[in-house]
Amino acid sequence: MTPLAMSSLDYSRIDVGEALPDLVLPPVDRTVLALFAGASGDHHPIHIDVDYARRAGMPDVFAHGMLVMAWLGRLITQWTPQRHLRELNARFLGITHLGHIITCSGKVTEKLEQGSEKLLRIEIRSTNQYGETKILGDALVAL
Amino acid sequence: MIDKKHIGKVFPLHTVEVEKSALRLFAKVIGETDPVYTDESAAHAAGHRSLLAPPTFLFGLEMSRPNAFAWLYEIGANPARILHGEQSFAYRATVCAGDVITFETHLADIYDKKNGALEFILRKSRATNQDGQHVADLATLVAHRNT
Repeated sequence: MTPLAMSSLDYSRIDVGEALPDLVLPPVDRTVLALFAGASGDHHPIHIDVDYARRAGMPDVFAHGMLVMAWLGRLITQWTPQRHLRELNARFLGITHLGHIITCSGKVTEKLEQGSEKLLRIEIRSTNQYGETKILGDALVAL
Repeated sequence: MIDKKHIGKVFPLHTVEVEKSALRLFAKVIGETDPVYTDESAAHAAGHRSLLAPPTFLFGLEMSRPNAFAWLYEIGANPARILHGEQSFAYRATVCAGDVITFETHLADIYDKKNGALEFILRKSRATNQDGQHVADLATLVAHRNT
């Protein structure tokens, strides 16, 4: 499927199965984890303190699930303005480790109407460079 | 095991202002370059009162309590053993810089799987703004490893 254009979206012309433009992120490193801890308000030390992470039985610090979910939010808002977003749901299936290069992708899985709103359900997914899905979820967007 | 008597536990109300500098830093760190998140004139041009808070910003705002992990100790959980299992947001209105958000948070469920090897704690928050307008609902599923 050809990615949909970023200009205003026409509900009647969007088909189930159509893909959103991918969002490819830089490799996860310690700097982004430290900055995200401070910027997001999630100060859990397991993401920023390797000594703490090892005591907790992890090989190293690892990415906040919410960092990757923030990228999935960007996947949606680079496609349609945020005021259209009704729901954003994520299941964290695997840990995103240092060095992982994440691609966020989405595709339309359902067209539905609720009340006066025409909605699209979009499956959203983050995948690392080895093809492992780390987050699977969905977004509900009103057009 | 985490005592299921904590189901229904109500957190202290948490009220916090959405600050422009915090939104700009959050946008920078997640790589968000759309100016509606960082530039007031662009936000106004797009019809927003001020800088727009990105979709997942409310999660960290809810955690910006004086001691974000106190509730885990209170129910007998160990913060070193938790993983984020699921996260949901349902949006009812946009949140912008200058808004003052109040979170009403409670523990909605506690259950275990694999004969107690994994426990799950479901936390739900209702977010309202300074006008009493309901802006979003958040649901966080925390997994607690017991092995």
